[in-house]
Amino acid sequence: MNLIVCVKQVPGSTDVKINPETNTLVREGVEAIINPFDLYAVEEAVTLKEKFGGNVTSLSMGPPQAAEALKETLSVGVDEGVLLSDRNFSGSDTLATSYTLARAVKKIGEYDMILCGYQAIDGDTAQVGPGIAEELGIPCVTYVKKIREVKDGVVILERMLETGFQVIEVKLPVLITVVKDINTPRLPSLRGKMKARKAEIPVWTAADIACEMDRIGQPGSPTWVRKIFAPPQKTSGRMLSGEISQQAKEITEELKHLQLI
Amino acid sequence: MGIRVDSSKCSGCGICAKGCPFGAITIEDRKKEHPKFKRIAVISPACTLCGACVKACPFNAITIKKEEKKPTEDLSIYKGVWVIAEMSEGQFHGVTFELMGKGKELAEKRNTYMGCVLLGSGIKEKAPELISAGADKVIACENQLLKDFYDTVYVETISAMIKEYKPEIVLLGATAAGRGIASRISGRLKCGLTADCTGLDIDSNGFLVQTRPAFGGNIMAEILSGNNRPQMATVRHKVFKPLEPDAARKGEVIDFSMPEGIDRNMNIKEFVKDVSQQVNLADADIIVSGGRGVGSAEGFEIIEKFAGTLAGAVGASRAVVDAGWIPYSHQVGQTGRTVCSKLYIACGISGAIQHLVGMQSSDVIVAINKDRNASIFQVADYGIVGDLFEVIPAIIREIEQSGN
Amino acid sequence: MDYFLTEEQKEIVEIASLVGKEKIVPVMEECDENERFPTEVYEEFAKSDLCGVAIPEVYGGLGFGAFEQVLVVEELCRYDAGIGLALAATGLGTLPILLMGTEEQKKKFLPGIASGKTITAFGLTEAGAGSDAGAMKTTAVKDGDSYILNGSKCFITNGGDAHLYTVIAKTDPSKGSRGASAFIVEKGTPGFSFGKKEKKLGIRSSSTREIVFTDCRIPKENLISREGMGFIVALQTLDNSRPGVASQALGIAQGALDDAAKYSRERIQFGAPISSIQAVAHLLADMATKTEAARALIYQTAKMIDAGCKNFKKEASMSKLFASDAAMEVTTNAIQVMGGYGYMKDYPTERRFRDAKITQIYEGTNQIQRNEIANALLKEYR
Repeated sequence: MNLIVCVKQVPGSTDVKINPETNTLVREGVEAIINPFDLYAVEEAVTLKEKFGGNVTSLSMGPPQAAEALKETLSVGVDEGVLLSDRNFSGSDTLATSYTLARAVKKIGEYDMILCGYQAIDGDTAQVGPGIAEELGIPCVTYVKKIREVKDGVVILERMLETGFQVIEVKLPVLITVVKDINTPRLPSLRGKMKARKAEIPVWTAADIACEMDRIGQPGSPTWVRKIFAPPQKTSGRMLSGEISQQAKEITEELKHLQLI
Repeated sequence: MGIRVDSSKCSGCGICAKGCPFGAITIEDRKKEHPKFKRIAVISPACTLCGACVKACPFNAITIKKEEKKPTEDLSIYKGVWVIAEMSEGQFHGVTFELMGKGKELAEKRNTYMGCVLLGSGIKEKAPELISAGADKVIACENQLLKDFYDTVYVETISAMIKEYKPEIVLLGATAAGRGIASRISGRLKCGLTADCTGLDIDSNGFLVQTRPAFGGNIMAEILSGNNRPQMATVRHKVFKPLEPDAARKGEVIDFSMPEGIDRNMNIKEFVKDVSQQVNLADADIIVSGGRGVGSAEGFEIIEKFAGTLAGAVGASRAVVDAGWIPYSHQVGQTGRTVCSKLYIACGISGAIQHLVGMQSSDVIVAINKDRNASIFQVADYGIVGDLFEVIPAIIREIEQSGN
Repeated sequence: MDYFLTEEQKEIVEIASLVGKEKIVPVMEECDENERFPTEVYEEFAKSDLCGVAIPEVYGGLGFGAFEQVLVVEELCRYDAGIGLALAATGLGTLPILLMGTEEQKKKFLPGIASGKTITAFGLTEAGAGSDAGAMKTTAVKDGDSYILNGSKCFITNGGDAHLYTVIAKTDPSKGSRGASAFIVEKGTPGFSFGKKEKKLGIRSSSTREIVFTDCRIPKENLISREGMGFIVALQTLDNSRPGVASQALGIAQGALDDAAKYSRERIQFGAPISSIQAVAHLLADMATKTEAARALIYQTAKMIDAGCKNFKKEASMSKLFASDAAMEVTTNAIQVMGGYGYMKDYPTERRFRDAKITQIYEGTNQIQRNEIANALLKEYR
């Protein structure tokens, strides 16, 4: 079973705030991590490979430093990583990103399943996974919380919805996006870590994956950010005091007053 | 690329790098000599052209020149604001009416109609409900194939509708179903899509201004996609207000026949309803969440009882989900659900940032914690320092007494 | 202090730290409370390749040496010295095979140990033979192609949980210490059973148990080295393992220092963090100095071993002596810095304090270590 897993390097989301006085961004530290949801996709891909044999390729689009994220995937059992990095990819929105990743998938060629985290913590859009599937013209199942069975080119999945889950049967190849419930990602092993350090991550440019230049980067992105600003500040809260019973009375009255209860 | 660093102005001070939310700027040694500065800012492909660095740079050394893109077609032929109605078990999802409330307002500003897309099997009699909720037109497609929610069938049908009627704006609920199909429709039509908007407006050019949180709500961004049509956005439940239903409203129902030959390319074998949850988190007005302070799986009974008293949903922090005290479907936070309830009561939750980003956009937050220094109090509107096993029963008693 | 670790050594520490944070931390309090040996955490050690660090590559290990083993044990014990001990004690139980086993024995047993499937234990101490190991009563009598073992060993770390035991028994009681031999005994061998499980002050997540031999027949292929070499095997094993027990103590000390230093910066009294009070700051300074001195001594001793140095007995004993005394002192003072909070179970410090004590006692009490050091020292002035 040949698997492709898409990962994104993201800043630890807690790092970014806006200074409300100067309205500029304050970013403490530059620690970059693999998008946590992508780790579940990596784990699922490696588990499937261990069960059915085959090969797992991790794929990421980003700056040269994102090679580190791909190396991290190698340390937990991914066979090879490919980085898409090109100045022409700058300013990509989800549509351009989906197109670019889909081009790379085409270059990789043979695959049975593409796995993605259901969304990235920096953007929270959940759009790139389905976007890739659309570009490739393959079925897509989002919010997958369990792979029940893979047999004779068909996979049976559980897809989480707000009120329960669907059991879906779908033919390979398919793209799935996974939620946390699906597994517990393993820790890297020493051997994996050592192998990863020595690994070379090939870098593919727009030319390598034969992109149409007006479909990538800013030119290929219908959306653009006009401005960024700090969210409205919350007025600072109030600590209640007094006996527990007194506080209980007070909070109940407050909430009633606000017509919340 | 549209972003440039003027090497004669850049001092290599690094302020831009600190201010870049995407970590796309590094300060590197110059390749060419500069009389004064040894280092220079270098912008990597991670750049999204958000412009934060332009603002941050004290030397005006960074400039962004957006390539002026011209629309490839006449945009004036696109008219109407559409809302894609979402149904489950024969009922409209609340977000549908909320979107219509906002959609109506946008349509008025654009001097056009508000249309509602209704798909399903046996749904025709539902059209009046949409009209009384504000729809000027209902574009309905009645077909047996639309009975169950197959992404592909919905994507194909809605795309065909958009191609035929050319709306300028299309809004969907940011639900599991809505998010999945929105992305595929935008991919098919090559138009812009903005996820999870919290604000929608029309600017002086007549473009849709889409405001959304990024970085777990720490930053807000205004996003445009004005050169392509339709402009698509998804919006979470409970962000906008529905209109009061009015049976006197008039509207037109357009029948749309489904394109032929759609392959649904998968098979939904069954739907298993989650019975562990009386009220689902995403829709709940009131959420009572428990954290490590609850102490054990048994300890969650008090949280459940409290939630029951308030007719709210039960949430949980990651720590207690990982400990196996409560299923994952209850987890609120970065790797769980993001909620924006009217009232959020955090009990025995210390307030790790990963939890805060998942709940801090709730309207009113009450925190109950033993530790006065817990960070949850920083986002709380009301804080109570005390043992939740004493505080909660006291509040329940208070509510029950005052209710009588 | 910068010890100029290689990339690989840094990765070893990083992996051990990750396993500690993700897998030890969630269970350590519960294991301490319930005296439970966390088999599931040992499986995580195995998955992360930590069990094979010091085993040669030909036997399925990673082919590193004593220094890397020390790094792993230190890092794991920074989180929990009882859980980290499972790996350290397996290291101890493996040493007789690694140092003096036959090629067949190595091929048969080491791959399982390296992969983490086999947990091992070392059996020397008896109820009546602690520091005076020569007084042991367990016997092994040759019978055709087998040896028949009788007797019991007490306070055996990993006892009951280990799959493989290296045991010293007398083959010729008339010859005193020259009449002892070393054997490999597999769990499940008829006549091999487990006795009392000890209840302990510290390292409560480690199992300490009596092991009992009643006409236990083992194949003669399980004899390590030759008959009569038992004490040589034991002594060499202990010399080589001392940096291991020392690094356990080091991990405990470092963990306690981390607790106290962090706490001192957060705890406000008299309007300022208590770290600004000199009496507190000096305690921390002494704790840090002792810990770092222990580390330098241990690391250098381990490097001597890896460099093939034959005579490291004195330094090994010094490492064990100094690090364990440092661990006791540092944990005591860490609690002092933290006051009442340090004494409570809300912080891990009281557990480290209880764990520290054993490091002054087992694998040769610190009094025995001083004897060893003095002996070696005085030989140099002969």
